[in-house]
Amino acid sequence: MTTTVPRSPARISVRDRLLRLAETVTTPLLPEDYLDLIAPLRAGAALRGRVLAVDPETRDAATLTIQPGRDWRGHAPGQYVRLGVDVDGVRQWRAYSLTSAPGRRDGRICVTVKAIPDGRVSNHLVRRLRPGTIIHLDQAQGDFVLPDPAPTRVLFLTAGSGITPVMGMLRAGAHTRSDVVVVHSAPTVDDVVFGAELRALAAQGAIRLVERHTDTDGMLGVDELAGLVPDHLERQTWACGPVGMLDAVERHWDAAGVARRLHTERFRPTVISPGEGGTVTFTRAGLTVTADGATPLLDVGEAAGALMPSGCRMGICFGCVVPLRQGAVRDLRNGELTTAVPGDGVLIQTCVSAAAGTCDIEL
Amino acid sequence: MTVIQKKPDNPIAHLSAEDIEIIGKELDAIRERVLADRGEADARYIRNVIKTQRTLEVGSRAVLLFSLFPPAWVVGTLGLSIAKILENMEIGHNILHGQYDFMRDPKIHSTTWEWDHVSPADQWKHSHNELHHRYTNVLGKDNDLGYGIMRVDEDQKWHPMHLGQPLWNFLNACFFEYGIAAYDLELGRNLQKGRHRDPAFRARVRAVGRKIRRQVLKDYVIHPLLSGPSFLTTLAATFTANLIRNLWSHSVIMCGHFPQGVETFEKTSIEGETRGEWYLRQMLGSANISGSRLMHTMTGNLSFQIEHHLFPDLPSKRYQEIAPQVRALFDRYGLKYTTGPLPKQVASAWWKVIRLSLPNRRSTQPADGLPTRTLATTGA
Repeated sequence: MTTTVPRSPARISVRDRLLRLAETVTTPLLPEDYLDLIAPLRAGAALRGRVLAVDPETRDAATLTIQPGRDWRGHAPGQYVRLGVDVDGVRQWRAYSLTSAPGRRDGRICVTVKAIPDGRVSNHLVRRLRPGTIIHLDQAQGDFVLPDPAPTRVLFLTAGSGITPVMGMLRAGAHTRSDVVVVHSAPTVDDVVFGAELRALAAQGAIRLVERHTDTDGMLGVDELAGLVPDHLERQTWACGPVGMLDAVERHWDAAGVARRLHTERFRPTVISPGEGGTVTFTRAGLTVTADGATPLLDVGEAAGALMPSGCRMGICFGCVVPLRQGAVRDLRNGELTTAVPGDGVLIQTCVSAAAGTCDIEL
Repeated sequence: MTVIQKKPDNPIAHLSAEDIEIIGKELDAIRERVLADRGEADARYIRNVIKTQRTLEVGSRAVLLFSLFPPAWVVGTLGLSIAKILENMEIGHNILHGQYDFMRDPKIHSTTWEWDHVSPADQWKHSHNELHHRYTNVLGKDNDLGYGIMRVDEDQKWHPMHLGQPLWNFLNACFFEYGIAAYDLELGRNLQKGRHRDPAFRARVRAVGRKIRRQVLKDYVIHPLLSGPSFLTTLAATFTANLIRNLWSHSVIMCGHFPQGVETFEKTSIEGETRGEWYLRQMLGSANISGSRLMHTMTGNLSFQIEHHLFPDLPSKRYQEIAPQVRALFDRYGLKYTTGPLPKQVASAWWKVIRLSLPNRRSTQPADGLPTRTLATTGA
């Protein structure tokens, strides 16, 4: 027979009873709907954060200092957090690496965001976000982290905003436990995010820093690594940067037969390129069908035998709304595209939406 | 009113099929212009209304804890009435229409919202969004025409039961939310057809039962109990607030489709209906209420019923913005934009309920034998 630590039944039942009483008063809302108005960061609330400061790092990057809600469970250096921010009134979720060391006494966390051209969310965060804004958070996640015990020799191979998870590790003292080389690429000297801090660490001899300014010196080729860091294949390597760079790096380490020493972080794992029609999967029904770009997903699903909710079939009643887990759809009324990656929580009206690429529908 | 197709002076006879499609295109363009601009301001608006409503509701209920004192009773009852009206009209109705689904906020979404009303949101969405908005004013299809208990069109068959309809309408107004719940359940029809054993119907009845229990418990048991010595006065206050909310929403909703000037349509007329023809039916089948900004907010902008029926999923505050464009379109195509101040429209709707409680007089009988033109084939 197993025994468990007895929970205090009296306390729980009183709390439950109070909660139930509160619910009878607030119905059809929940007590939390009222509490959220006054204490959005309290324990037990959906995880949120208050933006305390937005500090520019370079001309197109800024660090956000965030006070997370009471239920924030902390993070490991190198991990990322998903932020939900309202841009033009629409909730958008994006993942950003945490750049602050874990366990700060004030409990605050930092992420550093680089505005990418036409990036709706990144430009909003860097240029328009105001301190005081409440944003939505997920718990930290990701396995782009240093193991314990730390390896003796480490190479960080980064480009652009790829320095952000590495900065999180350095600020947590990665260089005090390992011999660290940082090879970082950015267009110019002024574009190096955390440039001053990295150079200071290098000047102290805490790390060896190889900066590459690609506007003047060109892109760093993997074949140059042997000259820059002769023992790079023997080092445990963490690489983070654009897709093209990571692909080249993976091929290089593969070819040398030491792929197990390479750890990569891809910021955008799902690249959605909208087109006309696509493969549609109804995930719960386990159905996969091909859809053209002109047939409503409602018709596609019904023809495939999925149990589709439906209503007016003309886009006005919202009776057919279902979650689009990932993929792209086009509004048949005006051609507007909607894209989703997992976690975005995008809901679509199937009666007026057609596939514009591969789609996973949670049904 | 008589179904449009039987009128000797058919108000759409002058429109060609081409005209109707151009009207549709112009309305699509109005919608696109709003969509292009929809965003932060709309999100801020609904969040502010929600915040105001919740503050007002909590504040009023707190004041009512001392409702034994007459000033507290008056202030609390008034505040709670306004809070309940806002919650049903500008918040619940509009969120359940999906007007704010674009925000992707799971807390403010047509699929998750539940309202302060005895009819559960999903049942109401079916009968209102799907049936009423799709089949607006089509006799035999749109049960909002008299809610199945009244005769509000000459072409609805008279039955001796209709003699009492001024009384039914008054009772329905007082207990409107229960009327809506019964209507959403299609209670009369389902019982008549012996569906009381149908498991799907029973499940829906149980859902309504649960909702009623929760609503009654909150307003008529818990809140009065929390008021201690003010038990009875708080009970009277919550009852009064519900009554005021019911009378108000009933009046506003009657003004949407019952007043003089609103057209109705034959069942066969919507066979093969085009997008333009659907729009045209919405244009002629709805009536607005003119008035102040405050009045518009308190009606949940259903005072722009015409614009709402054309674009049920646009944020409600946008209706007053596009109303001049919509009205100009009516004028250009020689169509009647039915509108009037609240007292006039309420009186007009009530007069119809009273008038049609009696059978048609000979002179108002539809002119049998006249060629009936269906909307779907107008000008074809």
